[in-house]
Amino acid sequence: MADNESIHRRRKLVSSLMTALTLLCAVFAIVILLIILSYIAVQGLSSISLQFLIDTPKPVGEGGGIGNAILGSFLMTALACLIGLPIGIGAGVYLAEFGDNWFAKTVRFLADTLIGIPSIIVGIFIYTLVVLPMGRQSGLAGGLALAIIMIPIVARTTEEMIRLVPHSMREGALALGAPQWRVTLDIVMPAASTGIATGAMLAIARISGETAPLLFTALNSRFYNYFMDQPMASLTVQIFNYATGPFDVEHKMAWAATLILVGLILLINILVRYLTRRKF
Amino acid sequence: MQNKLSISNLDFFYGKAQALYEISLEIPERQVMAFIGPSGCGKSTFLRTLNRMNDTIPGIRVEGDVLIDGKNIYESGTDVVALRRKVGMVFQKSNPFPKTIFENVAYGIRINRIHKDKTDLEMRVEKALYDAALWDEVKDRLHTSAFGLSGGQQQRLCIARALAVQPEVILMDEPASALDPIATQKIEELVVELKKRYTIVIVTHNMQQAARVSDKTAFFMLGKLVEVNPTQKMFTSPDEKLTEDYITGRFG
Repeated sequence: MADNESIHRRRKLVSSLMTALTLLCAVFAIVILLIILSYIAVQGLSSISLQFLIDTPKPVGEGGGIGNAILGSFLMTALACLIGLPIGIGAGVYLAEFGDNWFAKTVRFLADTLIGIPSIIVGIFIYTLVVLPMGRQSGLAGGLALAIIMIPIVARTTEEMIRLVPHSMREGALALGAPQWRVTLDIVMPAASTGIATGAMLAIARISGETAPLLFTALNSRFYNYFMDQPMASLTVQIFNYATGPFDVEHKMAWAATLILVGLILLINILVRYLTRRKF
Repeated sequence: MQNKLSISNLDFFYGKAQALYEISLEIPERQVMAFIGPSGCGKSTFLRTLNRMNDTIPGIRVEGDVLIDGKNIYESGTDVVALRRKVGMVFQKSNPFPKTIFENVAYGIRINRIHKDKTDLEMRVEKALYDAALWDEVKDRLHTSAFGLSGGQQQRLCIARALAVQPEVILMDEPASALDPIATQKIEELVVELKKRYTIVIVTHNMQQAARVSDKTAFFMLGKLVEVNPTQKMFTSPDEKLTEDYITGRFG
């Protein structure tokens, strides 16, 4: 039998080894992210100016910017949130609070499948359903495609977050004579609000980065466009166009637009975190 | 002494498993009745049949009658929401809402629309906190988070919350089992104080606690009610051998 001391020494060694291993993985994950971010910043920063932020795209050599693309992205994301958040959160509440039946199980399974579907398929779906009958691509179609991508993500995270609310809290409210719907609305939802907001954030970040579904649905536009029934520019499609262009100036602008996109997502993230910070 | 609750031939099933067997028990008004018994003997389950809290668990079945003021609460058409307002509950683990101290107490008043106006609401909150012996400790921080309170204070907040909706019966499921001796003593003093106005049923694992606070004690084992007697008698000369063995610590 080995003596106590050597066993202890071995345990300590294994423990430090494992700690170091997980630390290494964490550092690796962060470093990759930092490299990507700093590369984007280095490449993009030089082309960013106020003019770049408000101008529309121009022929190569005449400058041009991404003003209309920022506006388009904003409008379509807003439309997607307007449709996707209420439906997604509502579905998540149903799944968590009343979802113990075959219908809910089916919805859950389909939502998980939908999350895994390549987004271009959603684009084709909306293309057939909205673009063809309307006769043209539009911001509306783009927003709808993004909403469809958003709904299952929001629904599933909302469900998970609501499930985390301890059962004892619900019982406390029920014991006071609160009807089920008020328990959900007054107690469970506020308790899960931070988590629900994080889920919404993830979904917004995800759709802000989508290019494929917009190619079919919103197409692109060279002009400022405030009307949702017209083709609409977006940051991601604009980045795609600049990046696949033959000229170096365009590549520079693609980097700059990417930096702006990442910055905007970061900004929304911070804003939502601030608004839903834990008050209790 | 009039009986507030009258339970007869109560059977309770979780799916196919029977948890309670033919329980008949009278609970007198404005007294403290303690339920004792080993873990898993069904005393919590029984307590939760008294305000139909078990209804939230899928697959349960109840047979028999639970009469409160002569009215069967398992009759079809019973308003469960109204029942739970009348029969309040305090849980083993304190479960304040993620709201301020004030809002925790005000919540029940608001949803049941008991208050007349804002001043009335504030008075009712103050009174409930006062009755739960918590007012002096929280009066300067009513609008801070309830999670900032200590464990014992949180439990008294839950008692205040239950009192605020003006119940007639208060069910307590091991309310002091997670608290230190000083906080436990406060809860016990409170129970003795509250029985002047409320009918109280308390589940406890602590035999001394049952002896200190209750007027009558019921001993449960394996889903059956073994014995009910005045607490004094129960702890000195119980009728049943089984009760004596349990109380003297020969098992359980």
